[in-house]
Amino acid sequence: MTNEFKGSGDYVASAELMSAVNIAMVLQKPLLIKGEPGTGKTVLAEAIAKAMGKNLTIWNIKSTTKAQDGLYVYDVVQRLYDSQFGGGGVDDIAKYVRLGKLGEAFTADVQGILLIDEIDKADLEFPNDLLWELDRMQFHIPETGETVAAKHRPVVIITSNAEKELPDAFLRRCVFHYIDFPDRALMAEIVAVHFPDLDARLLEQVLEAFYRIRKLPQIKKKPSTSEIIDWIQALVHGGFDPEKIVKEVPHVGVLLKKNEDIEALRRNWR
Amino acid sequence: MFGDFLYLLRQSGLKVSMTEWMALMEGIQKNLHGATFHGFYTLCRAVLVKSETDFDKFDRCFLNYFKDVPFEQEISNDLLEWLDRPDFGPPIYDEDQAMLNSGLSPDEIEKMLNERLQEQKEEHNGGKYWVGTHGMSVFGNSGKSPNGIRVGGESMNRSAFRVAGERKYRDFRGDNTLDTRQFEVALRHLRQFSGLVDLPETEFDVNRTIKDTCDAAGTLKIRYKRPRQNTVKVLLLMDSGGSMDYYAQMCSALFQAVGKTRHFKDLQVYYFHNCVYGTLYRTPVMDGESMVPTHRVLSNLPSDYKVIFVGDAQMAPHELMTQFSYRDDTDTPARRSGMEWVRHIHERYPHAIWLNPSPRPSWGDYWTRTYDTISDLVPMFPLTVDGLEEGMKKLLVK
Repeated sequence: MTNEFKGSGDYVASAELMSAVNIAMVLQKPLLIKGEPGTGKTVLAEAIAKAMGKNLTIWNIKSTTKAQDGLYVYDVVQRLYDSQFGGGGVDDIAKYVRLGKLGEAFTADVQGILLIDEIDKADLEFPNDLLWELDRMQFHIPETGETVAAKHRPVVIITSNAEKELPDAFLRRCVFHYIDFPDRALMAEIVAVHFPDLDARLLEQVLEAFYRIRKLPQIKKKPSTSEIIDWIQALVHGGFDPEKIVKEVPHVGVLLKKNEDIEALRRNWR
Repeated sequence: MFGDFLYLLRQSGLKVSMTEWMALMEGIQKNLHGATFHGFYTLCRAVLVKSETDFDKFDRCFLNYFKDVPFEQEISNDLLEWLDRPDFGPPIYDEDQAMLNSGLSPDEIEKMLNERLQEQKEEHNGGKYWVGTHGMSVFGNSGKSPNGIRVGGESMNRSAFRVAGERKYRDFRGDNTLDTRQFEVALRHLRQFSGLVDLPETEFDVNRTIKDTCDAAGTLKIRYKRPRQNTVKVLLLMDSGGSMDYYAQMCSALFQAVGKTRHFKDLQVYYFHNCVYGTLYRTPVMDGESMVPTHRVLSNLPSDYKVIFVGDAQMAPHELMTQFSYRDDTDTPARRSGMEWVRHIHERYPHAIWLNPSPRPSWGDYWTRTYDTISDLVPMFPLTVDGLEEGMKKLLVK
């Protein structure tokens, strides 16, 4: 089977995550990914696209994004402007209809991957407004009377930070996977992908310090994968003695982003 | 096939629908489970469960439903032949051994089994050490041990059990006490129902105006729409100090979550000790500088504020029933007891709830008395994800 995701050179996926991706692709359902910030939800789509040689379309959701924006935008202002100042083709509404990210993914000539990033940022009604479109992979543009249907069903990947609960009707149509925070062994693998020739002693010490920090209950914003990568970068650059890392936790500002947390660490670190 | 499993899941509160069930069947048909038990577990979970808070429930159901699936892992043919002994007479029961066995963890049993598989050279039935039938050892079949691994029977891999058995998603359960993120999610319920439906159309609608103007060939058509903004205003009253110290971390998590939740139109936070009296405090330290007379707070905030009390509601009865205060509040026109204050606040603010980090004390009626009195006055909810969500819903009911 060529259409199978097995992780990629620079993304380490757990076996469960890989099978979730494959389940979603075979069942032709959107894959909903949740997980702590910094566990690589967004990067996953890029990795899949790369591993399978497909085009990636990213639709970044913001608090003001509406479902309509992803389908198409009808540029009324431009049309008004043209009607006032005599630009040609005001009668041709199709000229003012631009496809959104979802529309782009639908009309692509080859099967692509569509990432709907941080869907929970949008309004509560947002996921419900997309039910039909994601189910049938088509939508209608009333202004032009045109129906846009997917030539090749894109693989849809949706990420969420659980800022808002998603509606049941929406969830029912998705395959769900929760990315666990990586354990030490997996984290070592992930680090190895980013720093192929990292000193083994340094890695050992970094992981020790990192997981001890995460275990401290007083830390409010726990450091995540992206932070450990940055931290190692800083440590390698600074040329620190690996033996001192656990004891001194240098460059702590890279790991912890809040004043309270840095102070809590100082008070509770032994 | 195993339709009962669907009903078991639904019974334990997982909202599995036909859509998802059919998807699972389709997945099995397409061999997505790869004919392994672990694959089957992963497939079921990916398709049927939609929130990490339900993982634990699912694990329990899965374990419960599939617990009799037999174990088979590189068992030699000799051993399987020895185990094919349905005729070996009645099983032997040994109570001491049963006690001993029930203390063993699955890990230990699996380790023991692997040792036996190495050393066992012949058939053993009715015993309590080797892999055999009708005995008291923790592996084999037709035995009487209260727990153990069944060996022999259909081919299935038990490793899925290991995953389900761990119950590592216990922390995500909805009825657990919360951390900040979960608090925030729960608090967002306060927006979900904020009534925008009844508002008049007051906001200028640019898109529709332009569209309709265009359609009318340039004759201006003004269009309005309903405004979309959250109208919820919150007054948070927190108990501080004394018996609340045990819950300091939890309360600070709630406080942070409320602070981060920027969607309230207004948020007022005051502190009290034990119960609300004539004085509230702006800081949890509750010194003289941060004192504010309660009636002044109440008269400044109109009655559409939603009030959330946070406290353990456990105090000496006289602290609640009599005209009692930790400070002399001469500013107050009429001295009231804590109970009267709570009732007074609830009368002024019909939308009020009490969040309690502590469970109802089960020992003695000394502490339960104030707990019950307060929960009679104000609807009380436990300070957990579920409790907070229920409380938020209560706050929004008219």
